[in-house]
Amino acid sequence: MTDTVLNDRMDPATERLAEMGQGNRTEDEVAIQNYTINFGPQHPAAHGVLRLVMELDGEIVERIDPHVGLLHRGTEKLIEYKTYQQAIPYFDRLDYCSPMCMEHTFVLAIEKLLDLEVPLRAQYLRVFFAELTRIKNHMLNLGSHVMDVGAMTPNLWLFELREDCMNFYERASGARMHANYFRVGGVHQDVPLKLLTDIADWLDNRLPVLFEDAISLVADNRIFKQRNVDIGVVSRDDAIRWGFSGPMIRAAGIPWDLRKQQPYDVYAKMDFEVPVGTRGDCYDRFMVRVEEVRQSARIMKQCLAEMPEGPIASLDRKVVPPHRGEMKQSMEALIHHFKLFTEGFHVPAGEVYVATESPKGEFGVYLVSDGSNKPYRCKIRPTAFSHLQAMDFMSRGHMLADTTAILGAMDIVFGECDR
Amino acid sequence: MRAPAPAWAAHLNDATLDAARAAIPQGLIDAFAHVGEIQLHVHRDHLIAALTALRDTPGLEYQQLMDIAGVDYPDRGAERFEVVYCLLSLTRNHRLHVHVTASEDTPVPSVTEMWPVAGWYEREVYDMYGVLFAGNRDLRRILTDYGFRGHPQRKDFPLSGYVEMRYSEEVKRVVYEPVKLAQDFRTFDFTSPWEGAEYVLPGDEKGALPEAKGAPTPLSADQVQKAGVAQSPTQAAGASSEPYAKDQASGTADTGAGKPHPHIGEKPADRDVIPGKGGQNQ
Repeated sequence: MTDTVLNDRMDPATERLAEMGQGNRTEDEVAIQNYTINFGPQHPAAHGVLRLVMELDGEIVERIDPHVGLLHRGTEKLIEYKTYQQAIPYFDRLDYCSPMCMEHTFVLAIEKLLDLEVPLRAQYLRVFFAELTRIKNHMLNLGSHVMDVGAMTPNLWLFELREDCMNFYERASGARMHANYFRVGGVHQDVPLKLLTDIADWLDNRLPVLFEDAISLVADNRIFKQRNVDIGVVSRDDAIRWGFSGPMIRAAGIPWDLRKQQPYDVYAKMDFEVPVGTRGDCYDRFMVRVEEVRQSARIMKQCLAEMPEGPIASLDRKVVPPHRGEMKQSMEALIHHFKLFTEGFHVPAGEVYVATESPKGEFGVYLVSDGSNKPYRCKIRPTAFSHLQAMDFMSRGHMLADTTAILGAMDIVFGECDR
Repeated sequence: MRAPAPAWAAHLNDATLDAARAAIPQGLIDAFAHVGEIQLHVHRDHLIAALTALRDTPGLEYQQLMDIAGVDYPDRGAERFEVVYCLLSLTRNHRLHVHVTASEDTPVPSVTEMWPVAGWYEREVYDMYGVLFAGNRDLRRILTDYGFRGHPQRKDFPLSGYVEMRYSEEVKRVVYEPVKLAQDFRTFDFTSPWEGAEYVLPGDEKGALPEAKGAPTPLSADQVQKAGVAQSPTQAAGASSEPYAKDQASGTADTGAGKPHPHIGEKPADRDVIPGKGGQNQ
């Protein structure tokens, strides 16, 4: 607790209090005790293990000091002791709400160092599942955002859709969340045709109905707008200075989307639009994400229409293991398989920073290779670090209840923030 | 570039290198592009000037600081740490990284005045490596536990750490204890023994012993290889399969390598095995 002496900006209520109770103090010198509270680490609106030390003046937030790192697992250190292939599952566990987008950045970084060509079908599959992941992530975020400000129903409806996404995940990779599906040089295995047709059916019939229904409940809702419009306004300059990215920078009015500006895989061939906010408040951030879901569905449909037949991983046997059937016939395939699963592949020495548009913003990997089969250093650039750091200036002067709206609109997941 | 990596304006690399050399007045140690990415190595004392030039010079315009990464190179002596600033230009759609070196007790100037976002990134580098940042007003630990000791990302910090934590029923609170591993920590050395591995294999010590009198000296592997190349140029070098087979061998003609065995097809007579019937013994 801190004692602050306020001379210049006393509001009428405190003035009256001072007159009533404390006659021994002079009129222009009132000691007000700011109230310091802990928000979290266990709090349903903290979206994980976040501890916010808040300094409150009544119900007005004066200062916020976020304490992060409660979910720190030393991922970067662990990756230094694993081969490149073994490190991929760690990325699923970073942002566990959008696992495949995390893998995407890592495999792109390794491929850049290896200068490895990836077959077209693999690139389509990766874009397809990255967009499915974006929908999956936004279903969770939009739902929990509306629940943080008091609405229950849309969250339940959106969780239905998220459940569908996880089922598709399971049918493609065998796991509902930690897919471990992307590989250096492509993806792990091809998807059955029935899965693609089922997803197409879902995109046409189920997603639009359920999603638009849920959003129609809140998008024009008076209470929802009261809680979000003009809350946590971020200007363009602030967004740049604070290193914002993803929906956060777009809501501030800067049309910056790495899928558009710096296309990777087959994003250059995709036709989609980048939604941009006008005011930079929580409502804009919400609506940008809503529109992104629609655009993601559009990209997925294009992928389904254009995806060619062909190999789903690079044919470079020094990086991608052979099929099991091939191993029964060919001695060389057997040797390649053995070498890849014991020693792994060696990556030429070099340093790259590769960033992709994850659902939460720019997710980057700064990878240093020393030419061995393990990364020398793998620095992960979490999206949450720059966004959560801005929590202090975004919530200053707002009411205590607004912090949950601001936090919900930031879309923070602590697996990624704390690594 | 064949890899499908993010396609920012890498064709601007050469122009950017020239512009950066012109814009950074002093302290630029090295500037080059590797794997399609520009690295600027700057001296610590001139870091702020260099980054300001990169941000404010028209034609460079790196508005955003995306990340600060620490790297530890214990082989480099005192200046073992490298701090890497990853910059992004929104207007030119270009990226580069700026590298500075640091030692344990030479602080790097903080860039929080230029980019407020640097605050937490610098705290993380301090937490993980112990690099100090002069001018950062809030240089606390950020990711590790309250009261943590050491800097875990350093290469000499063990992966398992030093302490482990559990809830103790006796004292009714969480207690810290030294790490006890049920199984030794396993590391596998994947460097090829032919390419400068430094360890001693079991049996290597025999090479240092004096030889017994009259012991035959086998040809060394490279001698056999040379002989093989001279004799039959079609055979790939190093493919000799019997380096120790015959003392007087001068080539594959003598060792018989590459030819079928003269008695191939014949099997040693064994009265217990009935030929042609098959079965387990065959």
